[in-house]
Amino acid sequence: MALLEIHRLNKKFGGLHAVNNVSLTVKKGMIKAVIGPNGAGKTTLFNLIAGNLSPSSGSVVFRNHELQGLKPYQVARMGMSRTFQNIKLFSGMTALENVMAGRHVRSRAGFLAGMFNLPHTWREEAGIRQKSMDLMKLLEIEEFAHKESTSLAFGQQRAVEMARALNTEPELLLLDEPAAGLNMKETAELGRLITKIREMGITILLVEHDMSLVMDISDEITVLSFGHKIAEGKPAAIQQNPEVIKIYLGEN
Amino acid sequence: MNTKKNIGVLGLLGLVIMIQLLTHWTGTQYYLTQLTMSAYYSLVILGLCVLMGYAGQISLGHAGFFAIGGYLAAALTTHDLTPYSNTLIIQVLNRCGLLIQGQDIYGDVLLYFNPWVSCILAISAAALTALVTGIPVLKLKGHYLAMATLGFGTIIYRIVLASAFFGEADGISDVPPFTLVSGIPGLPVIEVSGDFSGRVQNYYIAWSMVIAGTLLLLNLIDSRVGRALRSIHGSEETADAMGINTARYKLKTFILSAIFAAAAGVFLTHFNGGIGPSEAGIMKSVRYVAIVAVGGMANIWGALTMGVLLNFLSLRGIFGTYDDAVFGLILILIMLFAPEGILSIRIRQRLRNAFSSSTSEIRGGESS
Repeated sequence: MALLEIHRLNKKFGGLHAVNNVSLTVKKGMIKAVIGPNGAGKTTLFNLIAGNLSPSSGSVVFRNHELQGLKPYQVARMGMSRTFQNIKLFSGMTALENVMAGRHVRSRAGFLAGMFNLPHTWREEAGIRQKSMDLMKLLEIEEFAHKESTSLAFGQQRAVEMARALNTEPELLLLDEPAAGLNMKETAELGRLITKIREMGITILLVEHDMSLVMDISDEITVLSFGHKIAEGKPAAIQQNPEVIKIYLGEN
Repeated sequence: MNTKKNIGVLGLLGLVIMIQLLTHWTGTQYYLTQLTMSAYYSLVILGLCVLMGYAGQISLGHAGFFAIGGYLAAALTTHDLTPYSNTLIIQVLNRCGLLIQGQDIYGDVLLYFNPWVSCILAISAAALTALVTGIPVLKLKGHYLAMATLGFGTIIYRIVLASAFFGEADGISDVPPFTLVSGIPGLPVIEVSGDFSGRVQNYYIAWSMVIAGTLLLLNLIDSRVGRALRSIHGSEETADAMGINTARYKLKTFILSAIFAAAAGVFLTHFNGGIGPSEAGIMKSVRYVAIVAVGGMANIWGALTMGVLLNFLSLRGIFGTYDDAVFGLILILIMLFAPEGILSIRIRQRLRNAFSSSTSEIRGGESS
């Protein structure tokens, strides 16, 4: 059984059929990319998977559990974590605190333990802090740990967001256009980083515009156009696919 | 970080003691009464500060929770239970020592709830009300949440005003003292009451509650839960995606703040010896919100400072008959010039913004 199985998924917004009968599978350990022109339904597909939207019909099965009706926080607890196309950091919190918030699902201290500052929470807090700093070191953003997160440069914010998502120790990491707004050098670094994350045993599903990144790192690519899946396969095959060239690569 | 927090709390303790000594030396002990009352009101404001400033949820109904606490404490300790003394429940309560006996002016025996019992019942009732109203209401956001909580506050206000059980427009008076400690050798009787001789004692009771409340809430904000609350304020959708059950956290914070408000209501009612409908009024709720805003929203110390200062001035009658108008004005000025609280004020820039032709920049949403 694949880690994530999407079966005949549909989403209609009024007259707009944003996701039309899309099926796809993500196997454990792979980097899978979903590409397509603007308005192809990529982000909608992501929101359907993560539970931010509920589908009109079809199913999303993650780790053998049907996700229908689950809220995003429940999906997150099952081991799926995500970043957002337009970066969403917690304003008013430092970069470190943002990353620490990602540790929420892996820690327990509740209201009373917090209010009475019970000793057993100290070790947990220290653990959260340590783990978060480790991740920030891995992503080379530890020097910004104590800066207000929304004051950081764009690329750094993206890295903070990714560290926060990784801190939930996900099985599956959803990256929504991680290269948006990055220059070529930063995009290449991002590619290395994503490969590094995969080596940690985390499966990755990404939606992306940037073809160079997708072609470099993906094991498999699904192409969407106007809500339909029009092609699926290895990067090399996708590059040769005449229909894909027509609707997408041809534009470049 | 921890040490800074503890130094702050110790500083507060020192200040509380110093002020008491000062009033003692200067013979101005009459200030203690208003300082005690301000302390209780500040307790409401501290709870509301966590709800508004950290979890990012507004409530224009907190006077309602204060009133639930105060009114139930008053009603249960003043309504005579002897007409029901044959019923099983009253007998069981009496047997368990949960009731106390009194005497009316003719020497007849009267039966009341023990203040401890009424205190626990009153606070539980407020917590339960917060739970029941919070589940549907906290699904709302922004203005809609403000309006819904305003509706809740109005309901409570009309209930206490209309019901004979709560004394209608007169409220409830002759509320007995609340004995916290008695019969321990070497210790005097410690009770919450407006008794002249207990002024110093009550000042310390109120302020120990404020200090304890401050410490608990500061701890909470520093904890995993506090981080979750602030992340909800930052971006609810993202907090959700990080596995934070936002609905549950908002609800728990709402209940926590209601407990703070109700506890303040119980204690202040015993201190004042009564409670009237104005305590449940909308203007009280607006006042609490205004003070949290002046204090800087996400700022426990700011809320506490402003809570004590403004309530003290108000209780001393500095604002005269314009009391409520002053708090309305404060709210407008804060929203215009210092939405981050007056501790972060940058007056000149704000003035320029406020009077420039463009209206785009002035505080578009409720959170930045």
